[in-house]
Parts: sequence; C-alpha cells; structure tokens
Amino acid sequence: MGERLLEVTSLSTHFYTHAGVVKAVNGVSFSLDRNETIGIVGESGSGKTVAALSILRLVPDPPGKIVEGSVVLKGRDLLALSEDEMREVRGNDIAMIFQDPMTSLNPVFKVGDQIAEAVVLHQGKGKREAAQMAVELLARVGISDAKRRANEYPFEFSGGMRQRAMIAMAISCNPEILIADEPTTALDVTIQAQIMDVIREMQGVYNSGVIMITHDLGIVAQMADRVMVMYGGRTMEYGTVDEVYYNPHQPYTWGLLGSLPRLDEVEKQRLTPIEGQPPNLLLLPPGCPFSGRCPYERPVCRETFPDLESVGPDHGVHCWVPLDERLAIRASLPYFAASVA
Amino acid sequence: MSLVEVKDLKKHFPIKSGILKRTTGHVYAVDGVSFTIEEGETLGLVGESGCGKSTTGRVILRLLSATGGSVSFDGQDVMNASHGDMQRLRRDMQIIFQDPYASLNPRMRVKKIIGESLRIHRIGTDEERLDRVAELLEIVGLTAEQGERYPHEFSGGQRQRIGVARALALNPRFIVADEPVSALDVSIQAQMINLLEDLQDQFKLTYLVIAHDLSVVKHISDRVVVMYLGKVVEIADSSLLYDRPGHPYTEALLSAVPIPDPGAERARRRIILEGDVPSAANPPKGCVFHPRCARAQVDPCTVAMPPLESTDGDAGRLSHEVACYFPTRYAADGTATASTPA
Amino acid sequence: MYDVTSGASFQDPQMDSPLPPTAESELPTTAPLGLWADTWRRLRRNKLALVGLGIIIVFMVIGTTQVIAHFLDIQLTPYDPNEVDYALSPEGLGSPPSLDHPFGTDYLGRDVLSRTIVAARVSMLVGVIAVSIALVIGLSLGPISGYYGGATDAIIMRTADVFFAFPFILFVLLIMTVLGPGYANVFIAIGVLSWATYARLNRGSVLSVKTMEFVEAARAQGASDLRIIFRHVLPNTMAPVYVAIAMGVGGAIATEAALGFLGIGMQPPNASWGSMIANYLTYVPAGSWWMELFPSVALVLTVFGFIAFGNGLRDATDPKLKE
Repeated sequence: MGERLLEVTSLSTHFYTHAGVVKAVNGVSFSLDRNETIGIVGESGSGKTVAALSILRLVPDPPGKIVEGSVVLKGRDLLALSEDEMREVRGNDIAMIFQDPMTSLNPVFKVGDQIAEAVVLHQGKGKREAAQMAVELLARVGISDAKRRANEYPFEFSGGMRQRAMIAMAISCNPEILIADEPTTALDVTIQAQIMDVIREMQGVYNSGVIMITHDLGIVAQMADRVMVMYGGRTMEYGTVDEVYYNPHQPYTWGLLGSLPRLDEVEKQRLTPIEGQPPNLLLLPPGCPFSGRCPYERPVCRETFPDLESVGPDHGVHCWVPLDERLAIRASLPYFAASVA
Repeated sequence: MSLVEVKDLKKHFPIKSGILKRTTGHVYAVDGVSFTIEEGETLGLVGESGCGKSTTGRVILRLLSATGGSVSFDGQDVMNASHGDMQRLRRDMQIIFQDPYASLNPRMRVKKIIGESLRIHRIGTDEERLDRVAELLEIVGLTAEQGERYPHEFSGGQRQRIGVARALALNPRFIVADEPVSALDVSIQAQMINLLEDLQDQFKLTYLVIAHDLSVVKHISDRVVVMYLGKVVEIADSSLLYDRPGHPYTEALLSAVPIPDPGAERARRRIILEGDVPSAANPPKGCVFHPRCARAQVDPCTVAMPPLESTDGDAGRLSHEVACYFPTRYAADGTATASTPA
Repeated sequence: MYDVTSGASFQDPQMDSPLPPTAESELPTTAPLGLWADTWRRLRRNKLALVGLGIIIVFMVIGTTQVIAHFLDIQLTPYDPNEVDYALSPEGLGSPPSLDHPFGTDYLGRDVLSRTIVAARVSMLVGVIAVSIALVIGLSLGPISGYYGGATDAIIMRTADVFFAFPFILFVLLIMTVLGPGYANVFIAIGVLSWATYARLNRGSVLSVKTMEFVEAARAQGASDLRIIFRHVLPNTMAPVYVAIAMGVGGAIATEAALGFLGIGMQPPNASWGSMIANYLTYVPAGSWWMELFPSVALVLTVFGFIAFGNGLRDATDPKLKE
C-alpha cells in the first residue's frame, strides 16, 4: 500500500450512564495506510460508529469518555492533543461523512457556502476563492450544473446529491483520511452505487485512506481492501477481504456470512441465522461478547476475552476454539460446504 | 383463478397548494399496475423509493383507496366491497409492517395487541382468545408470559415477531409483508426470513413481499415484480431474474446490489445509472425510464410507455414479462442477444 | 414522493430518511425503564416540582376530607367555621393569631384557620369538576377534530378559537344568568370555557400519532374509527395533557377565586378563598392583616404548587430536553 497513516491501538471508549457503564468500544486496534480502504463492519451495538467518533474525538463527554488507547495520525497521538489542535485536524487531516446528509448539512445555509466555509477555515483562502473552489468540488463529485447548485439550499437537493455535497465538503481540504459512516444506508441502491463510485474516485485523486463503516458485507466486499469485524465493542476478526470472506476463523463471522441471502445463489439454500438477540451493552460479559449466542462456546469464553491469534499474514482472530477444531467446524457449515471452491 | 388479481391499478395523490388548497397536480404514485398472485406463492415487489411499491401494497389491502383499476381477492372485488364484505375480507388479508418500533401501540400489552383482531371480529370467548394468543406467541418463537409485557421491553427482532403473530391471529390466507426485515440487524434478518418461510409452509400462506433489498426478495420470492416510478417494468420468475434480466432498469438495479463476495465483486460488470429518480409528480412522457436509459430512442421510447410483454423465458416454462421496446433477450444457453435497437 | 411508511416511534425524535431506519442507533442509549419510571426519575431531580407535588398532596388531602365532611355534615376543623363569637372580635376587628387561634379570628370572631381549611373544599371541587368537564369535552372533540381533519377539524377548531377569544368573566356571567346563581354553576362555567385548551393541545398530538404505523395496523385488522381514536390514538397523546391538567387545576382554582372575589359564586356565610380575600380586604387598613393574609397565602401556595409541578412534569416528559 503506502505510508502508514493511522495506527489505532487498544482504543476503549466507555459511556457512563445512570443505568451503568456501557463499554461501547473495548480494546480495538487497527491501522490504515495511504490509498487503502478498511471496512469496519458490525451490527447495532458493535461500537463501529463510536470507534470512528473516538478517532475524531467527537464522542459527547459526558457521558462518554475515551478511557484507554492511542490514535496515532502520522506520528501524532490525537488523543493527546488539545481541543484547539484537534479542531485543526478535523476536516483538514481527517474528514467524516455521516449517514444522514439532511441532518449533517445545515438547512439554513446554502450548500456552496457550507463547503466554502470549511475551505476558509482550514486553508485560509479568501471568500471569493473559496466559493470558486466549492463550485469546482461540487462538479468534481458529479453534481451537474454546479454553479447553480452551489447557490441552493440542502432541501433542494435529492438524497444522493446531498451525500455528494457532503463528500465535496469532506474532501475540500484534501484530507489524508476519509471516514464514511454508513454513507449510503439511507439511499437507494442505484444511488448507493453512484456514491461508492465517487468515494472511490476521490480516494484515487487525493491518495487518501478510507475507513468505511457499514453493516453491509456487500459494500465491504466491493470497496475495502481490509476488513475488521466488530461485535459488542470488540474486534472479533480482521484481515484482508479475501482472507476474511474466504477463510474466516471467527464463529460470528461465519454466522454473518451464513445469514446473508445472496443475489447470485444458483440454488436456493435455507439461511443459517445466528440465534439469539443482539448484545445488551449494559450487561456484557467480561469475556467474549458473543458468548451466549455462540454455538461453539466453552466456559472460558464468558470469563476472559481471547488474545489475538494470528492465522495468516495480516489475518488475526480472537477466539478460544482451537485452530484445528475451528477448521473442522467450518468445513461442516452449509455455507462453506456449498461455496468453497 | 389467481388468489389476488391486480388490474391496471392506479393511485394518484392530489397536490394541494395555495390558500384555497386547490389541486395543482398529482403524484402518480401507482399508475397502471397489473399482476396476479397465485395461491401459495410468494410474490416479491421490488423497487427503489418513490416507485410506488408500498402504496401498491396498501391499496391492495384497501388501507388506501384506489384512483382507478381493480383488485380482486379470490374472485371478490376489493375496491367496492361493502363494509360487511370488507370486514370478512380483512380476516383473509393481513399485513406485516416495516418498522418494529412504530407498528406496535406502545401503551398496549403485547397480548392485547395480538388479540385485538379477535376482539374486533368477535371471535371466541375471552378465555379462548387468551389461548389463541398464547398459541400465536409460541408459533413465532416467543413465550406466553411475554404477552404480559409492553412493546418497549422487546428488541427489534422480537417486536417484528409480535407483528407477525398479530397478522396470523385471524388465520389469514394472504399476507402483505411491507419491508419485513429492513429495519432489523443482519443476523436477525435471517431469523425473520426463515420464520416467514416456515410459517408459509405450516399455514399455507400466500405472500406479497415488498422490499428494496433485492437479495432478500430474490431469496424469498417465487416470482418478482420490478417497479419504477409507478409502473411495472418487469415480472420474472425469481430464478430468471439474476441471470436473464430483460429490462435495462432491472439490469442496472442488479448490478448495483453489492454481493458479499470480493472475488465476485471484482469480476462484475457494473452499470451505473446517471442522474436521480425523477419525481412521481412529474413523470417523463413515454417510457418512464427513458431519461436514464442507455438504449432509449426518441421513437418510440419518448412517445408511449411500452406494454408488459412476455419474453421467452426458459423455453416458455417460467414466466417472464418485460415492459420495454428493446428488452435484452437470451439464447437457450443464457447468452444475451440483441439488446440494442435494430 | 416518498412512501410514507416510516413513522417515528412515540418517544423518539422524528426520522427523516425515506428508507426504513436501521436497527437501534449506535450511540448507546439506556434501556427504557418503563413508561413512567423514566419520567419519575427525571422529576425526582427537580426540587421545585417536588415541592409543588408536596403542596398538591397536602391540598388534595385537606380538600378531599373537607368534601367528605361536608357531605356527611360533620366538622373536621378545629372550630366551627361559621360560629360567630363577638367576644373574639373586639371593636369588630377580630383578634390576631394566638395559640388558640393560629390564624386569628375574623371580624365576626370566627376562626380564620377553620374557615381557610373549609374553603379548600370549594377549591378542590372547582379543580376537579371544572377540569373534568373540560376534559370530557376537550378529549372528545380534540381527537375527533385531529383524526378526521378537513371540515370537521376546521369547524371544531374555529369554535375553539371563539372560546379562546371570549372574555372570560362575561361568559361566566352569561352562564350564571342562564343556569342560575348556584356556585355549582361557576364550576360548570369554568369547565365549559376551558375545553378549548385541552382540545387544541390534544389535537396537535393526534395529528402526529394518527400517522403512526400501529394506527394503520389497527385499521388493517378492521378496527372501527371510534376504536382507533379512543383506544389507540388518544392514550398515546396524553403526555402533554397531563401537564395541562396540572396547570389547568391551578388555573381553575385561581379563576374561581377571582370570581369569588367579584362576588360571583360562593355566597357568605360559606367560605371560599376568593370571597374571603374580598371580604377581609377592608379590614387591612384598620390593622387586621391576618384575615387577609392567610387565605391569600393558601390560594397562592396551592396554585403555585400545581403550576410548579406542571412545569416539572413538562420538562420531565420532554424527550428532547437534555439531562
């Protein structure tokens, strides 16, 4: 890939609520290189969004608090910066695209002005120049008739266009890292395809790293080079997409892959869902958060979270089930019996 | 005779503006939709937002009145049924909603929610109703004790199950499932899909599944109807849909759906549609898809909406209809031929 | 045009995206404790509201016992409130507070404390009766207006506007002329005039609740409009109404007192705070302050209690208010 842009080590973010402590992110580590896309995939309660917010230190405090870990951006630990220094990082070095563009764009300001504001703030350009840049950026993300559009308000834009505007705002300062948090969940699938294309294109132009946060394993397969699977605040498995999709080692990953209906399935196969309910973050066991739902768990799983086990070059997993047993179980799963070639 | 027959269904919503609330236009949400549903089958209705699929589902159940066209259930006219007839029809036609949080009354106990239809239609004594509710809870995988609780004490997936139990209370023959899994976590979606399939086998149900997630629809449906801007553009047997899409919109839709398989993704040929979906208040003249269609020709595509016509699906055994002047045709071995105009 | 299928759930903020919301939001929210447990918890932290609640409870106890006492024709006050004793009123100016008579005696030698307590009955009755009448009318018309919309809504709401615009005292006098001078008619008058507040408040909630999916679900099961309105919609619109009730009782009590001050309603020798305040006013310049003070304080404290509690309840049930 390229130079190492981001190194997150043992990040933990807890929420202190009146009902108890919620360990939203618990000892999460990953890295991101230039020109690389890493997908962080998980369901609700997995902690993926909180992890992203923690990197940018946007977690509301109180009740949230980053209790542990380091987030090193090209040699600087972001968690050690002052708020002023952090403000310079946001939007400039790391930019974020949110899920719902309507509430992330200020409805009472024109779109062009909002984009220009970021440019003025971070790059110190004059207002006229910034406005010009805003129009160029809108055109670059594929909005036709950009000059007219820059003078419009968010409500005049469709959902797909608003998301493009968000991307324009995000890339306006040539960020090294782009964090996209479920950027297309609220969009139709054909628009989603357009947006993914734009993100990919912008990554190419600016040579940035992209963190794609999503629950959609299809998007990860499409966009990401590496993937990290999260559950209940923990990293369960990570690796290259080929490794994780074709050689998964975590029972949760197996469960996820097996419960997806596939558009390209030739013969209809009954889905193999993961039984049980999503985790209650207030009542997480001290050990593996998947215990209680895992069909292969053993007593130790509930008590202690397994250490990282390397199962391949750049492929790590956290699981107490021994390797040979894991491989045997996996071979017997209908999903793999059918598709392993 | 099909169980459900929808003929040229139309639903137009008036747009009112001005102080006097004059009707200045219409939203052509559903504009001439026809299809049938056979007993025991699962028909998928798929399309993106604004295509009219949810509206269609509601009009079929007469939760909305139709502007035109007809719907018949087991031979009986639904649109013009009398109040008494409609009450009887409601026992056979039920609905499962999309949002597990909004579809249950937060102030009612679960057992009351499930048993309400029994009360409304005056079925059974109080005790018999309680038994039935307990039975329904077990059928959907919950316990009778959980009937005492309120909806907010359950997770999204469990609430959706409660919604299913409610729909089953009257022993319906036909259930419209409006986005039954979109609001659920991925791992819970599979549970719900399996449950719906099991229930279909157990109770001989007929389903209309409305969804935007093509993978889910393809998996669960026997046949699929693809809608765009209030019109039907393609009806295909589920097994044909992925391999032999006839309509250019269907092709674009299929290519846009990400597949959880990196190798397959890399190998795919992707068709990216330009532009946004036009407003249903101002649909394009002629074929509704022509502004975004790579194959569109001024004549006949801008002149009139093409009719739904049968194409040769798999030697004529499986159904396949496409509303296009230049549909993609497939040879017996599956290769595409002649998708461009002559 | 979006398929409007995604309705916000009752306590959650509105969601705007056209496609359904994905599962529970990522930022951890605590598990809901129950329909009212959360409200109570927030209420507990509001000291002023708790004080208000305390006042309300004291008032309700005194008021209820006095209503019962009156009904059973027994005396539950330290002295007979109507017992005249000229010996206790030298120069016709009453006697100041003492150990025997903590609130003093009035110009007829009657014990002010007992009179103040007994007068609570009237306030209690007006609070309960007037607000009940207003609720019955308002919570019938409000939901009907909101649910059916169109002409029905327009007619009912414009009628409500008339009631809002009507000069209050004038209307009460009108009703008194029609119904007669009995004090019960004052309660009816206040109630009939106040329905508009509850109707309008309720109608607002009804407009948003009626679009929620569980209402559609009920319709899909064949529920009649009546059933939907009163079984499904109304119970889910009550939260702001409870606040209005608290404020409304306070307001009814104050209104009755104002009318009593003007001489409408409760006639002597029966005591009501308003008439007491009116009657004893002339004795203040002469130096007999206690007759005027204690009923005034009782009135102000009671009304304040209801309003403080109502405010606290409103803050506690507002889902958007940050804690």
